[in-house]
Amino acid sequence: MSDPRYTPLRAHHEALGASFTDFGGWAMPVRYTSDLAEHHAVRRSAGLFDISHMAEFVVEGPQAGEFLDYALAGRLSVLADDQAKYSLVLDASGGIVDDVIVYCQHPDRFIVVANAGNRDAVAEALSARRGAFDVSVEDWTERIALVAVQGPASQEILEATPELTGYSTSLDDLKYYRMTHASFTREPGAEPSPVHIGRTGYTGEDGFEIFVRWDDASSLWGALLRAGADHDLVPAGLAARDTLRLEAGMPLYGHELSLDVVPAQAGLGRVVVDAKDQFVGKEGLSAVDLDAAPVLVGLTAEGRRAGRAGYGVFDGDTRVGEITSGALSPTLGHPIAMAFVSPTVSAPGTELTIDVRGTRIPATVTALPFYRRTK
Amino acid sequence: MTDLDSLKYTEEHEWIALDGDVATVGITDFAADKLGDVVFVDLPGVDSGVTAGQVCGEIESTKSVGELYAPLTGDVVAINDAVVDDPSLVNSDPFGDGWLVKLRVDASALDGLLDRAAYVALTEGA
Repeated sequence: MSDPRYTPLRAHHEALGASFTDFGGWAMPVRYTSDLAEHHAVRRSAGLFDISHMAEFVVEGPQAGEFLDYALAGRLSVLADDQAKYSLVLDASGGIVDDVIVYCQHPDRFIVVANAGNRDAVAEALSARRGAFDVSVEDWTERIALVAVQGPASQEILEATPELTGYSTSLDDLKYYRMTHASFTREPGAEPSPVHIGRTGYTGEDGFEIFVRWDDASSLWGALLRAGADHDLVPAGLAARDTLRLEAGMPLYGHELSLDVVPAQAGLGRVVVDAKDQFVGKEGLSAVDLDAAPVLVGLTAEGRRAGRAGYGVFDGDTRVGEITSGALSPTLGHPIAMAFVSPTVSAPGTELTIDVRGTRIPATVTALPFYRRTK
Repeated sequence: MTDLDSLKYTEEHEWIALDGDVATVGITDFAADKLGDVVFVDLPGVDSGVTAGQVCGEIESTKSVGELYAPLTGDVVAINDAVVDDPSLVNSDPFGDGWLVKLRVDASALDGLLDRAAYVALTEGA
């Protein structure tokens, strides 16, 4: 195992007493104090996440939109300036190489944000698909740091950060899945640097993901923590991020998504734009027989004992599926899980059981997400 | 405040406090920190027998499941109902209110367990 990579926020994490875990080759904070406290902070006030390990690819050129239409499952060329879209990188047979968020800066410049663990696979796919398109693809992963502020207080916190000024779109007017641009000034008199702020996230809450120069990330982190002190902002680690995204029904690559899963199985059929003439995965998908393919569902149970990834799901004595992610939901107070099950038992309300280390726990198929924020 | 030097320890991160022939058992702060927030504990039944080195319960956190190993062979004389009701006690007070079970044991069996210095050496750098 090679040495882990560290984000520019390593010193902050260490000073805050974080426990670290390996994530896609990066040493990332898993928690600072308590998974539950960090989780609840995001639901009730706000959490600050370092997601600088995520990979960014800058796609630039006169055919950037057309290229992405071909390389990804969605139609990206139609994005307006400063609009973002969730999309998928498929392989030739329709399996999922990664799920990504694509930000359009203007028609000839896009940023593709990919999962840390899939950086190489996405780089390879984009490079291989470039062909004759008039476009360049550059890996900016270690030039751009990403800091997320998530939770109901996140807008107030950004507005209370004096180092952030000159928004191209005010936060009041910034819609979900849109981006605004601002200036970050490390200290009075310092040269401002540009930041891009997307109203996006992975927690089910209102929130922002801030793209900042690698060398400015540490200052930005400190500025946000200072501004957030009056708004109960707490640094939050990957453990809280995982329970938050699970409650919000958001898939995680390697759990719900993989090369062996086609989008429709994971409830992501809408992400694939079949009407496009040509895109990688189109032919493969048309050959997939979905009638018997397992589908992703939510499961809820009572008590406190949670099904975990890999546990079997049963209908009577018949094994009908497997859990991909599961936890005792901190917000809801009962166990929740996502699982791939046979389509015959996938209807909401279906009663199944989970084999929790030898004990069968009753569980009910439930529509996703488990948690939806109230506006 | 528990005197940590007076306790015995296992490589599976249990601590043991002996009073006569009754051993109180919990998991260490190191183990509690590694697990994260404990949200569920499954403890052996009172009057049941447990065998040294065998799994006798489970400790679940938000992220993972840990097994509770019996540090000694003996009979369960009490379990901590407070920790069943509020598993977070394992995190907040692992050596005190977060104790898990009391076992009636043969006190001489403690001789094979780790002392504080040996346990600290085991967890350093882990």
